[in-house]
Amino acid sequence: MNVSTVIKTDGLTKRFPRVTALDQLTVEVQPGVVGLVGANGAGKSTLIKILLGLSPATSGTGQVLGLDIATEGPAIRERVGYMPEHDCLPPDVSATEFVVHMARMAGLPAAAARERTADTLRHVGLYEERYRPMGGYSTGMKQRVKLAQALVHDPQLVLLDEPTNGLDPVGRDDMLALIRRVYSDFGISVLVTTHLLGELERTCDHLVVIDGGRLLRSSSTASFTEMTQLLAVEVTDHPTDLAFDADAAVRARLTEAGLSVVPDGSRVLLVEIRDEDTYDTVRDTVADLGLGLVRLEQRRHRVAEIFTSDAPDDATRPDEARPEATGPEATRTDEAREAGGAHDVAAS
Amino acid sequence: MSLPPEATAHRTAAADSGVIHNIGYRSYQGPRLGRSYATRSLFVQSLRAAYGLGRSGKSKVLPMLVLGVLGAPALVIVALAILQHSKQLPLDYPQYLSAFSLFVVIFLAAQAPVLMSRDLRHQTVPLYFSRPITRSDYVRAKFGAMVAAMMLLMTVPLVVLYVGSILGGLPFGHNTGHFLYGLVAAALYAVLYSALGLLIAASTPRRGFGVAAIMGVLVVSSIIAGIVFNLSVGSGGQVLDSAQWSAVLSPSTLVDGLVNQIFGLAENPNTTHAPGALGVVVFAAEIAVLVVGSYWLMLSRYRKI
Repeated sequence: MNVSTVIKTDGLTKRFPRVTALDQLTVEVQPGVVGLVGANGAGKSTLIKILLGLSPATSGTGQVLGLDIATEGPAIRERVGYMPEHDCLPPDVSATEFVVHMARMAGLPAAAARERTADTLRHVGLYEERYRPMGGYSTGMKQRVKLAQALVHDPQLVLLDEPTNGLDPVGRDDMLALIRRVYSDFGISVLVTTHLLGELERTCDHLVVIDGGRLLRSSSTASFTEMTQLLAVEVTDHPTDLAFDADAAVRARLTEAGLSVVPDGSRVLLVEIRDEDTYDTVRDTVADLGLGLVRLEQRRHRVAEIFTSDAPDDATRPDEARPEATGPEATRTDEAREAGGAHDVAAS
Repeated sequence: MSLPPEATAHRTAAADSGVIHNIGYRSYQGPRLGRSYATRSLFVQSLRAAYGLGRSGKSKVLPMLVLGVLGAPALVIVALAILQHSKQLPLDYPQYLSAFSLFVVIFLAAQAPVLMSRDLRHQTVPLYFSRPITRSDYVRAKFGAMVAAMMLLMTVPLVVLYVGSILGGLPFGHNTGHFLYGLVAAALYAVLYSALGLLIAASTPRRGFGVAAIMGVLVVSSIIAGIVFNLSVGSGGQVLDSAQWSAVLSPSTLVDGLVNQIFGLAENPNTTHAPGALGVVVFAAEIAVLVVGSYWLMLSRYRKI
């Protein structure tokens, strides 16, 4: 396989009688772990259905692994794995029995299906329990079986719809590590959707953010977070001199020290973290001025802030706020906005 | 499929040292047999599921019980015929099926939801459609599996009757002919019942509703057909051909009447039979419309998922 582009859509639009689920979506996805981020109802599941060739697009075109979504659906589905968001496991069947059946449904001969099932279940971390009926499984085990059935036919791409749903923090970390391995060890490209943005920062190479069926942004995870290492600093007023503008003084001193400082709100200064010494510089500066330090916290631009940068309810938002460009060079709509605080839409 | 270099490196290192601690991920290079193979696999899996195979022990009880209950009387009948040195079986092949049709209906009512409602209930259907098979392949495989399961169920007692009669020295020609009539009746029952049963089962994810609805439709319709038949007979006790039209009200009498008329099995006017040539045409057309219509409705049902 030598497909440089895993998924490519051009002006993809899907209209239902009442809603427009996808609106002129143009995106290109390279091999790797790609996060598809959007709030509930942003059009993630619709996009997956269209990519699988299960639901025709109203207009626009797309290719998955170089195959046309409109005409080559069966060929796409043979090479792609899909893990749905919802529960999909019959409770009175064992994991082995179920995954073997799903492997055969993907076209694997019986013997190969059994062999691949044993391998795949082991890789996702399911051992003796795989012979028991799945009704008795924990959520974590069920998610592993769902992942296994998506991987059992050795696809070139897997589409994972909310794989961390319902998992506790440990289970979520395990699942994310597993997803990472699917690409790094198994060589299978991954498109993973979530409405929890924070967790994708660690797992994905590339993020595609959609909202209301429109592309908000598509760029590498690094470019989302690279310039966003910031230190929020808040100081007390001067203990005796009430006329003394503490913020301005701190800002002046830090700028003098060669750091870039931007005020955020009334009392908070955001200082760019250049290296470990930045912390010392801030501490010493504040101490020198005889001020008290109220707050000193590391802050990152969360991918969540992309949502705060565009009002999601506005259907008539200006065109320039909707970048159609793709890849790492994509327009950054939120660049000008500095940290909007730990305002994580997704985590709430 | 190309693997990242690190994965390949792991593999080579493990092979060199001669000890396999953790065989890494192995890609699959073998054949992918595509849509028609997948459809066949679904057919086989569904047929097995209809008899509880590959499922829990509990789910084998009912289908096996019905198979036994339907087969056992055939043994008794054949044994009686041989012991009494009869020239003929006391119950003809197609008549056997209509006499025990309640068990066939029970099997359908219990197992059609196993094939359809379970996939809906546990939301397995989208998984199938994320694989090479299409929606019509899915319906085709399920319908084929149900027909085959019903056919198997009804063929077993017919084979018992036939083999028993031949071994017992009953006339070969007559038995072979009527055995074939029985098979035709079984095929008609299987196709018509499966189409109706699966359509009802596909309309609800709740297995209980499916069971009740199928039993309801088939049993109630045959009761109504019976009542209408008896009302038409009138007080004189003379059965008019017009009373036979009541058979159109129920799938079971429909098949019974059609088979009896076509093969001339209606010895007296009381036996259900399609009234004349017109009756044959109407009965056959109704069966065809019911089967094709149900199948079409099922296809459109799954087009929306």
